[in-house]
Amino acid sequence: MAEYSVLIGGKAGEGINTAGLSIAGLFSRLGYRTYMYFDYPSLIRGGHNFAIVRASDRTVGAHRTPVDVLLAFDQNSIENHRQRLHAGTTVVYDASQVVQAEGYGLPLDAIVKEEKAPPITKNSAMLGTLARVAGIGREVLEDVLRATVPAKHLEANLRVAGRGYDAVEGVFTVEPLDAPALPVLTGNEAAGLGLVHGGLDSYVAYPMTPSSSLLHFLANRAEDLSIRVIHPENEIGVILMALGLAYAGEKTAVGTSGGGFCLMTEGLSLAGMSEIPVTIVMGQRPGPSTGVPTYTAQTDLHFVLNAGQGEFPRLVVAPGDLEEAYAWSATALILSWRYQVPAIVLTDKTLAEGAYSFDFGAVTEPPDHEPVLWDGAGEYRRYARTESGVSPLAFPGREGAVVKASSYAHDEAGFTTEESEEVIELQEMRFRKGESLGAELATYPAVKTYGARNSGTTIVCWGSQKWACIEAAEDFGARVVQPLVLSPFPVRQWKEAMIGAGRVACVENNATGQLARLLRQHGFDPGRPILKYDGRPFAVDELAARLGEVFA
Amino acid sequence: MTPDQPPGRLAGGLISPAQNTWCPGCGNFSIEHMMKSAVAELSEEEGIPLENFVLLGGIGCHGKLVDYLNVNSLYAIHGRSVPAATGIRLANPDLKVICHVGDGDIYAEGLDHLIFAAKRNSDITVIVHDNRVYGLTTGQYTPTSPTGFKGRSTPSGITEHPLNPLEVMLAAGATYIARGYTKKVRHLKDLFKEAIMHRGFSFVDVLQICATYFNLTDYYNEHAYEMQEGEIDAGRFESALGKIREWDYDREAPIPLGTFYAVEKPIYEEKFRALAAGRPDRGALVRKVIEEWR
Repeated sequence: MAEYSVLIGGKAGEGINTAGLSIAGLFSRLGYRTYMYFDYPSLIRGGHNFAIVRASDRTVGAHRTPVDVLLAFDQNSIENHRQRLHAGTTVVYDASQVVQAEGYGLPLDAIVKEEKAPPITKNSAMLGTLARVAGIGREVLEDVLRATVPAKHLEANLRVAGRGYDAVEGVFTVEPLDAPALPVLTGNEAAGLGLVHGGLDSYVAYPMTPSSSLLHFLANRAEDLSIRVIHPENEIGVILMALGLAYAGEKTAVGTSGGGFCLMTEGLSLAGMSEIPVTIVMGQRPGPSTGVPTYTAQTDLHFVLNAGQGEFPRLVVAPGDLEEAYAWSATALILSWRYQVPAIVLTDKTLAEGAYSFDFGAVTEPPDHEPVLWDGAGEYRRYARTESGVSPLAFPGREGAVVKASSYAHDEAGFTTEESEEVIELQEMRFRKGESLGAELATYPAVKTYGARNSGTTIVCWGSQKWACIEAAEDFGARVVQPLVLSPFPVRQWKEAMIGAGRVACVENNATGQLARLLRQHGFDPGRPILKYDGRPFAVDELAARLGEVFA
Repeated sequence: MTPDQPPGRLAGGLISPAQNTWCPGCGNFSIEHMMKSAVAELSEEEGIPLENFVLLGGIGCHGKLVDYLNVNSLYAIHGRSVPAATGIRLANPDLKVICHVGDGDIYAEGLDHLIFAAKRNSDITVIVHDNRVYGLTTGQYTPTSPTGFKGRSTPSGITEHPLNPLEVMLAAGATYIARGYTKKVRHLKDLFKEAIMHRGFSFVDVLQICATYFNLTDYYNEHAYEMQEGEIDAGRFESALGKIREWDYDREAPIPLGTFYAVEKPIYEEKFRALAAGRPDRGALVRKVIEEWR
């Protein structure tokens, strides 16, 4: 297996994220699959940002601790990552900032001054050094710059990159692969495109890490995708505006993180009662409260499963990579309309802001369902009782229909009721809808497995930790089982997947084992917990070591 | 509500079969019937199909109105109908979207939404059933209750001063501001029609009698008056502000009724119109974005 890890680090505001994406682009050009972990504190300028880019000849979705190349813009980037260096690591540093280091020191201040280039082009110098160190041709380097740098800055970047290229020597050679150059997207971008695939008309959101970049992406591409993107006064306004749009017939999604989702819960409950569809992309980060805002966690599973007063069905899905983020965001939106339930796409900072090679061809085709619409016959009743629990939809403006939606318990026409029998009927109708949704999901890959059955060891995980688990499992010949759907929980598929599971470990980015708790609720043994709650995702080697303790 | 109803008979058909549960003497009856007439008359006079009206309710006695009229409605939650109304108007520019809200509902729970709808000049109408007391939760003070008001949560009387909601709306950027009174029903109906036809954010604060918890009938009858033609220049901010400040919902003063402010400004929803028009094949658009990814 050919694989390489590169770390680039510096201060916030120096463009580390973009530089990391360019590094991923360099490897992608040569046919490699890439993954980028981006680590940054909650500040605008200063501090320490770093990106670890891992490239491999097979799919990757997690980083490893050691790196082959360290590109350091400052002393912190050297000091904070000493444990990542191995005998063969090449270190390149900005000699104008770094006082003490071993490796190639480049006077970047002097270089950009001589080339009359803006300071941000220092990233291109680093990219140039990387290309040379990794035996990547100058033409590939220039190709990547042409694709990513705006035309008016291109010449300066090419000059500075060339200086970097010439300042170092080849250390190893990244052989081009006979594989297509895949685009590199973040989880948020894949989720956004998936929503549009699912028929999204409008996206409404208030900024909050790690979902802000979904808002920014869709806002930037609104014209290309023919969607409306709206940023209202707060998350309460967000979800109510979304429900208004959907009541009038527009497919709408919203995005937020835990704190914003707190504000959305009364709207969520309104969606449950009024049966107005809405899809919520919920990117988790460590709480409670403001917590560790730019880091990662899987701590809101039970929050989204239980949020909102009263009892109503909801769809909760947790994708673990780009292909799943795309497919399940589309599916969530489509099923939310098909069954008139709120749908939640539960991600986290790792997936939302992490970048991955996107294999569009490997995406499972989402269903092609239209909502159930009123046929125009007879008097329209918004909440007509049906066997499936789904009442046909009509939207205001439709001649011959009076469309009455309500937050109160209501009769079939939508008028408020407090009658015992009607209250019971309405509740049971909602549950039938949930059962219909569950029955449809039984035909979907709601639980995925990787590796051989009867291996004697099984790793259970969800969401973004999937790829760290798949790789770490190889050390043990273990099977990995991942639920994509968390509500309604795919009990039968789970049971089937866990036949012959043997010893089980449940890997989660939280302190209490939330998936484990959900499994216990459904009568399943979640095995031994492997938990990490420092705001960082598992590195493959770190997880393998933890698994070793459990499976020893 | 069949489309071929004879003219003049529309209003009667707009009363729904839902049982009315307001207290006898409640000011909500006037608002309900004047809204019913306003909708029917606008449908006839302006040719707006009845199916293009949408009512929203918050939570409180006022909200029941949307059950009582046989018109499209979203009976929303406390304080939150305004952003939903903007959503509905965004989705369909042909709709006339009218929020019925209460003073506790929108001045306390949902004030942020009200201010932002005015700020954006969202093309919706907000009718505030301002009885200056919580009815459905049985008698607490609201943001427009006068100083000293003794409610069930403030038995020794409140020390805070009321908001003047018209002044708040003017400052926030509302492009139509009016005040009505439930004992002046014809005037009220005309204000409703004007507000609904206004292009942009329209706001009507209706002084509403609460027969059970805060009956100000005598006070309003004594102080309220209809502004006369030419009394103010409704196109001028300063002129509107001066008149709006004649009464501050607190001290004893003449209470002007009518339209204080009416100006034309660009509508929020318009700038989004082109974007989602025509329901294109979004799957194809997504594929194109991915193919051209860089």
